[in-house]
Amino acid sequence: MTSGAAPAAVVTRRGSGYLRAVGAVLWKDLAAELRSRELLSAMLVFALLVILVFNFALELDLATRQTVTSGVLWVTFAFAGTLGLNRSMAVERDRGCLDGLLLAPVDRSALYFGKALGNLAFMLIIEAIILPVYSILYNVNLFLPGLLGVVLLGSVGYAAVGTLLSSMAVQARTRDVLLPILLFPVVLPVLIPAVKATNAVLLGLEAAELWPWLNLLIAYDVIFTAVAFMLFDFVVEE
Amino acid sequence: MIEVRRLVKTFGLKPVLRGVDFRAQPGEFVALLGPNGAGKTTMLRILATLSRPTMGEVRLAGYALPAQAASVRRLLGVVSHQPLLYGDLTAEENLRFYARMYGLIDGTGRAEEVLESVGLAARRRDLVRQFSRGMQQRLAIGRALLHDPQIMLFDEPYTGLDQDASAMLDEVLRRVAVAGRTVVMTSHDLPRAADLATRIDVLSRGVIAASLPQAEITPTGLIDLYRRVTHD
Repeated sequence: MTSGAAPAAVVTRRGSGYLRAVGAVLWKDLAAELRSRELLSAMLVFALLVILVFNFALELDLATRQTVTSGVLWVTFAFAGTLGLNRSMAVERDRGCLDGLLLAPVDRSALYFGKALGNLAFMLIIEAIILPVYSILYNVNLFLPGLLGVVLLGSVGYAAVGTLLSSMAVQARTRDVLLPILLFPVVLPVLIPAVKATNAVLLGLEAAELWPWLNLLIAYDVIFTAVAFMLFDFVVEE
Repeated sequence: MIEVRRLVKTFGLKPVLRGVDFRAQPGEFVALLGPNGAGKTTMLRILATLSRPTMGEVRLAGYALPAQAASVRRLLGVVSHQPLLYGDLTAEENLRFYARMYGLIDGTGRAEEVLESVGLAARRRDLVRQFSRGMQQRLAIGRALLHDPQIMLFDEPYTGLDQDASAMLDEVLRRVAVAGRTVVMTSHDLPRAADLATRIDVLSRGVIAASLPQAEITPTGLIDLYRRVTHD
């Protein structure tokens, strides 16, 4: 073994490599999850159970289906998302990996965006499975471009604030309990417009009734992402 | 290379470091000894830019912390008692990931070189969670050496290693030091520290209570000094 010998040349790229670091963290999360499937399977089983329970619990006449769909969908996404966020940061806590990330010579917000994009990807994968299953179980057509747009915007806001708060909660011993307590009050400004906008799309309301909720959703997405960008460094440092 | 003046660190109202003065010259191997709770890990975490000092001045290679932390990180290699590696990635994937984070141009080539050097080339495609503790620690050292850092920080690297793995780590540490790097290692293992280090500092109750150059280190003398300093 010849460890420790200085290499002939270790050449580093110039510049901060911000996007490269974001991409590396995202790749690492996807590659590890593709192998273990721990996070996605937990989220998926939970999400399927929720929509199945609601399917048996609710009266499935047409009027009820139209009105409950937005609530059932977002309850499912929000709670399944919490499982994913917890697991995603727990992986960083195991074997001290979070320290490994923080030691890298990159802007720490790049770590945040890498993790947030990974969390968003996991949420979108679950949503891509849940939406058709829900359509079949409840006999509701969810493949509407407007609805897919609302789901995407809601998920962006949820992942933005969820990644920041899970980075905070992961440092506590009671992280599994702490994350939902921290997350749900803060993410309500995303969930309420998401539910309202989903309802407006499903009920076929006029654009004038949909746009205020969409604007609110976009505004909160931008605000939460900007706040997380500014605060992440302070959240992860002792 | 490393200069610390009147370093204070408190967690809430509890002071952990109470005005530490510490220096390490380029190429020096300093072993930082002390009982549990003396503040060794806290001090190393501050040097590693993972923790913010409450008060005092910390400079590494001329860069002030925490203001110039990003510049310092490129010069640092850190090995702790945790491997800082992902269990669900292979050894090679872990090193390639860190090579990308450090912006190495030939990350794949460098990962292969490092795997070869820590004796894990044959296990490159195995998942890290299948590795023994000794193998994980060897790979952790490979990860820390990936970007050829000038300063190496080791936080109790022998924790959980058996005799063979510890002997292997001794060899690795000697080679790291021979390559001209500045090394700071925290440890509870007095004989091993005496064997490897060019200087021994004893941290007790949040201050450097004793400092001994290699020429003055004898196994019995070190144990006596350690007892005197930590029990007073």
